[in-house]
Amino acid sequence: MNRLPRWLAHHVAALRVVVVLTLTVGLVYPLAMTGIAQAVLGRRADGSHLEKDGKVAGSELIGQSFTGTDGEPIKRYFQSRPSAAGDGYEPGATGASNQGSESVVDVLPDPADPESGKLSLLTEVCARSKAVGELEQVSGARPYCTSDGVGAVLGVFREQGLSGRATRVVSLNQACPATPFLATYEGVAVECAEPGDDYSKALVVPVRGDAPADPVVPADAVTASGSGLDPHISPAYAALQAPRVARERGLSLDRVEDVIKQNTTGRALGFLGEPGVNVLTLNLALDRES
Amino acid sequence: MSPTAAGIIFIVSLVVALAVVYKPLGDYMYRVYSGTRHNVAERGIYRLIGVRPDRDQRWGAYARSVLAFSVISILFVYGMQRLQDKLFLSLGMAPVTDHVAWNTAISFVTNTNWQAYSGESTMGHLVQMAGLAVQNFVSAAVGMAVAITLVRGFARNRTENIGNFWVDLVRGSVRILLPIAVIGALVLVAGGVVQNFASPHDVATLAGGTQSITGGPVASQEVIKELGNNGGGFYNTNSAHPFENATTWTNWLEIFLIFLIPFSLPRTFGRLVGQNRQGYAILAVMGTLALASIVLTNVFEIGGHATVTQAIGSAMEGKDVRFGVPDSATFAAATTLTSTGAVNSFHDSFTPLGGMMTMFNMMLGEVAPGGAGAGMYGILVLAVLTVFVAGLMVGRTPEYLGKKIGSREIKLASLYFLTTPTLVLIGTAAAMGNSAGLAAMLNSGPHGLSEILYAFTSASNNNGSAFGGVTVNTPWYDVALGLCMVFGRFLPIIFVLGLAGSLARQAPVPVSAGTLPTHRPQFVGMVVGVTIIVVALTFLPALALGPLAEGLS
Repeated sequence: MNRLPRWLAHHVAALRVVVVLTLTVGLVYPLAMTGIAQAVLGRRADGSHLEKDGKVAGSELIGQSFTGTDGEPIKRYFQSRPSAAGDGYEPGATGASNQGSESVVDVLPDPADPESGKLSLLTEVCARSKAVGELEQVSGARPYCTSDGVGAVLGVFREQGLSGRATRVVSLNQACPATPFLATYEGVAVECAEPGDDYSKALVVPVRGDAPADPVVPADAVTASGSGLDPHISPAYAALQAPRVARERGLSLDRVEDVIKQNTTGRALGFLGEPGVNVLTLNLALDRES
Repeated sequence: MSPTAAGIIFIVSLVVALAVVYKPLGDYMYRVYSGTRHNVAERGIYRLIGVRPDRDQRWGAYARSVLAFSVISILFVYGMQRLQDKLFLSLGMAPVTDHVAWNTAISFVTNTNWQAYSGESTMGHLVQMAGLAVQNFVSAAVGMAVAITLVRGFARNRTENIGNFWVDLVRGSVRILLPIAVIGALVLVAGGVVQNFASPHDVATLAGGTQSITGGPVASQEVIKELGNNGGGFYNTNSAHPFENATTWTNWLEIFLIFLIPFSLPRTFGRLVGQNRQGYAILAVMGTLALASIVLTNVFEIGGHATVTQAIGSAMEGKDVRFGVPDSATFAAATTLTSTGAVNSFHDSFTPLGGMMTMFNMMLGEVAPGGAGAGMYGILVLAVLTVFVAGLMVGRTPEYLGKKIGSREIKLASLYFLTTPTLVLIGTAAAMGNSAGLAAMLNSGPHGLSEILYAFTSASNNNGSAFGGVTVNTPWYDVALGLCMVFGRFLPIIFVLGLAGSLARQAPVPVSAGTLPTHRPQFVGMVVGVTIIVVALTFLPALALGPLAEGLS
């Protein structure tokens, strides 16, 4: 080492240290951990697989979609939460929606190209709530949602821009020819929105409406999870779905509620996290019964 | 029990657990860094790398060793990603593109773990464990080494020698990080975190579709990701993914690991300077700021003051059911108060003020308690600034721990604190002023600005968490954020090592009637104040245009 110039000596030592540490903490450590984990906790280390009829049917930790090829819910199954992972519950493309909590104005699709446009988080929530309400035959009403399942948001044009008398009011998320959720606002007739029109000069006013602050359809039923693979739903959402599943499967409601209870995880130690019902193990258990 | 009550007990239990380990772990780290004996394995390593472990370095040589090690590491990780299709266990993944590989190499070497890629679709198992996870160990060990060196500057007198980087690096890795990682990894596997070498394999789902179940050596990487305050997830959704964070209690354990080393280092500091009460004072500063931030983040998230959150009924967008709102908020605060950047819920979908707290935490300079080592040297520099400000007020030469804070010291401390705001604000301005920067926003208006501001704050502070929405794997962002990470990491380190050198050279000043006591609540309050004022004055205008505008409208 002494014959090398000082600046080079640092780099040679650095290279050697990188190689030595790569071998120890980069190869020996993870390989040893894998060996021990596989020997002692094999099922856990492999991904907590579940079997149905002798074949692996998934992992108890990874949620699944219970929709048919048409994307419609399969009625005999409890439904999972909405998912932003790929087309839904794709472990190869995990993700969250990343939509902000003030995302309330849609970019309406061009009528010529229904795939264009972009829904706000508010409209997605309203649409999901309406769909779940219809599926479970309960009210899907939520604050800030119209009865046709979009965000209840007005664009208000005022005389001096930010202040003054309202001159024109548009229901921003209701594309024509929809009927606006309000007939008039501050005495001005509310218009439906024309796709492509520029409403950026209008003040954005979400309208609360008179829906209860604690809607019938629970929060987890209308929101995408962080992982996109959330295996759980809340006990409230499971209870909401129980009558439908019991009906479809010809089981008594009491029996279905029992199976829900068996597949509910409470808070660990009584205070860690939140209770959840594992949708996959719940549906598997029901499949074994009927 | 209500979710709020459970969330409060969750926080209290973390505080209790950290209090229990404060002395044992802090004392252990003190013995690791001050011991003079090398064990057999270490002697073997020193012989292999060709360094003489008993020879101390001057600060300049120490800094050159840090930089040489980091440059070689960047090249090594870059090469591994570019050649992954020719190596083992690539799972058939293509070589990583040049700008993403460059960004990722820098990101992991600087302890940032900003991820411009999606783990499950970009990186094979070998790159993950032998490239990225190795940096999770050593980048944390580098941060701890630099912190210990600054403390040696206070503890040593009339010397040019401030320690040997290679010894500090190796000891931090194999005596502190590795043993905790071994235990933690096995506990995580018991909770359901996977540890295997399987390729993604298809299974038939109940509904008649197929699902591809992924595998990987996840637990061994997950534990060091939290312990070393790195934060780079094995999978795209990081610690929200059930295979990284399977249960309600693994979530608790991961937050505990995040706080473990940063909150125990004040004890090590106290032992090294021979006054445990100085350690408690620093711990009190960190604890006050951290607890306030955790509580506020919880208040904002549980309160849910945002239009969509009120439509939903609770802030569940981007959060998993098993964690719920309170424990997700606590994780978000923990990951940004330290330099971790792992996420178990998505900050982009937080309420505006909850999201602002995560940004504010990083803007504090990550000193409460900050990253492994990085938080410790950050808070000591702030303490130096505080005694200087206090000295100005009473017209005395400031001193801290028996060392005079002269013009050279205060220049280095000021440069340290100007680096990050400069990078964040210039970076954000550059992004807003160019089409490649603007095109990446997912949300519009103030929220879009928040996304960009968050990205540059995260990169410059070496945090690595993201306000998800920005599309960052473009060449412009990979290069710009890469530069922020390099300068945000190594400029402060050089200033800190320079400070250590100039402190170690001094003769100690005897304590006099004019010495400001630095272990009393008065001093703790002053450091907290200086920390908040330094931050608020720098970043308030940018916050007002982003999250404040959105949250208060």
